[in-house]
Amino acid sequence: MNATGQPGGGVAVAAQGWHWRHAGRSQWALRDLDLAIEPGQRVLLLGVSGSGKSTLLHGLAGLLDSGEDGDEIGRLLVDGAPPAARRCRIGMVLQNPDSQVILSRVGDDVAFGMENFNVEREAIWPRVRRALAAVGLELPLMRDTAELSGGQQQRLALAGVLAMNPGLLLLDEPTANLDPAGVLEVRDAVAAAAEQTGATLIVIEHRTAVWLPVVDRVIVLEDGGQVVADGPPEDTIARQLDQLRRAGVWVPGADLPVVTRNHASGAPLLHAADLSIGYRTGGQSRGLGFDINRGTTTIVTGPNGAGKSALALTLGGLLPPRGGRLVAQDAFAPAADRREPIRWRSRELLTRIGSVFQNPEHQFLTGSVHDELALGPRALNRDRAAIAEICDELLNRLHLAHLTDVNPYTLSGGEKRRLSVATVLATQPALIILDEPTFGQDRNTWEELVRLLAEIADEGTAVVAITHDLDFAALLADSRIELPAWDSETVTEATC
Amino acid sequence: MLSTAVDASPARPTRINPVAKLAAALVIAVGLVLSVDWVSALTALGLEVILVLALRVPLRSLLTRGAVLMLAAGLTAITILLYGESSGAVHWHFLLITVSDGSITLALATFLRVLAIALPSVFLFIDTEPTELADGLGQVLRLPARFVLGALAGVRLVGLLGQDWRYLGYARRARGVADQARIRRAAGQAFALLVSAIRRGSMLATAMEARGFGAYPTRTWARPSPFGWRETALICTAFVIVAVAISVSVGTGHWNFIGSR
Repeated sequence: MNATGQPGGGVAVAAQGWHWRHAGRSQWALRDLDLAIEPGQRVLLLGVSGSGKSTLLHGLAGLLDSGEDGDEIGRLLVDGAPPAARRCRIGMVLQNPDSQVILSRVGDDVAFGMENFNVEREAIWPRVRRALAAVGLELPLMRDTAELSGGQQQRLALAGVLAMNPGLLLLDEPTANLDPAGVLEVRDAVAAAAEQTGATLIVIEHRTAVWLPVVDRVIVLEDGGQVVADGPPEDTIARQLDQLRRAGVWVPGADLPVVTRNHASGAPLLHAADLSIGYRTGGQSRGLGFDINRGTTTIVTGPNGAGKSALALTLGGLLPPRGGRLVAQDAFAPAADRREPIRWRSRELLTRIGSVFQNPEHQFLTGSVHDELALGPRALNRDRAAIAEICDELLNRLHLAHLTDVNPYTLSGGEKRRLSVATVLATQPALIILDEPTFGQDRNTWEELVRLLAEIADEGTAVVAITHDLDFAALLADSRIELPAWDSETVTEATC
Repeated sequence: MLSTAVDASPARPTRINPVAKLAAALVIAVGLVLSVDWVSALTALGLEVILVLALRVPLRSLLTRGAVLMLAAGLTAITILLYGESSGAVHWHFLLITVSDGSITLALATFLRVLAIALPSVFLFIDTEPTELADGLGQVLRLPARFVLGALAGVRLVGLLGQDWRYLGYARRARGVADQARIRRAAGQAFALLVSAIRRGSMLATAMEARGFGAYPTRTWARPSPFGWRETALICTAFVIVAVAISVSVGTGHWNFIGSR
């Protein structure tokens, strides 16, 4: 025991014939898993979306309660004991940054984990500050956590866990919501923390190239939770290249898919002039001017906290502009005297502008995947046969057919994203706005999404996507909008 | 490392510990519900006003919150004036409404009493943050951390309900189901909010456990919750206010133990 009341160093992790089945599901999420991870080892956990990676991490963190949350066979061990009995050595960053802010002030939130680990008060605050600096979130300690953007929340959660100095560091896509510069900053902070404390690290991240330099083992799960590859990074990746690609793993150096577009720029749909966007309170971006055209993909980029999501909501007719004009062309507007999307009826939006929210859970309004897809077509009073046809096509196309009756909230992160896109496609809007659509996707789904968006753009749909994903932007961008940080006086627009 | 020393603990030490404020407000409330006369209420109110001035409570927030309080006290008094038990000369009678000497006195006494009981809670808690109260409950009163922090994190979720409500509104509008009449729409959205609140609660519990909450039987507290002479003085002042109010009332013969007369 050291001064902070916890033993140092990493912990050993093992899975022995472990099975897990989520409550209410007939299939096992993970079957007969056997693993042994040495103390201090740094593991990158890969696998296709829905292969049970997050479930394994939750299990190792002691967050799965067999009985209430699902059924368990076999066992997981952390330093030879069930994870729930070892929580004093474990810190985990969950997948959804929005749901893991605990307290209302930045400093208090970072301090929370250390308090639970019995760190002395005098030691807490310097560690809070160091952790915040390490993850690049240098905000006043009293700042209200409700005002943070998705990327900032992710940095906050990571700071809270790193500051705890846990012996087992479990990270579920810790950099998915960050801008490209932030990804490297955060990765280095994690690597330095693991180095310093000797902690065992298990990280899930689809972008292997970022993490390979700092891990010493790669484990690949296939659908159903079997280990298909396991070993040192370069070696494993080289040996299992084809298998990894099939499993949807992002292999570094792999070519991007070739997307051929017909680039038939169509009639304009929306026109923005001197537009100011922002929420009712807080910062705003001013002076935006752009056109959204049929058959064109517009990529919106900008640093964390620049108001990209507010722009998506404004374009979607959901958030009123703070100033300036955002108007639809006559042919696109439902009535000549209502050309601003914010004044359209909800049903009028369905066939005109579809919004895919940053957090897929915000999209869901029903209790099953099928009802979720049928909701829009039903609101448009489509007949039963047409609705069935639309649903079946989308279920197959986005690989959700085996999940028809499942509650949307219980899907994996990747499946939720696919469903949220599908719900919008179901009513075939002329303009689709997507907020971080490729966040947390394995490569197969990613490529599928890219091709899908390219295809609907070529069919004449206007696509606006907010993204940090440079590959995605490079493949799809017909034009770009670059947002500066909040409250800047001007905005730069480059069109290519 | 001067900056470290300056905000080593972000709780501002110039404030009085919220636990002391809670205790003071409770003492006054308990002391004043014992009687329904106007003398004790007026005495307490007068002393409280002096305390407000002494503590330099920010005037603006005191007035805005005080206005709500006046309205509430006024409405209570009017109700009693019109429908209260009548005695003495009757001044006005209309159906069930009777305004008499007795109901006038009672209404006045009630008005003063509501003000006297509520005023301390209002001015004492103007600048209190839930985090500081939780720190006090956990460290000064030593209530279980599970209860205190669960409640604190829960209070934060209440603040997020507004955000969730907005997002639910966006989702329903974007998904084409927001064209119903306003009341029906609000009812549907309120149910969805309830479901999302429950979800948020369970996700919050998971997030807290993911950061070691409850891993040890004990925990440390990052922010101190000092309890010194000022806190003791505030609670003593509350006792003095109650004692003086009751003494004056008994001395002048107006004391009326919970309406026994």
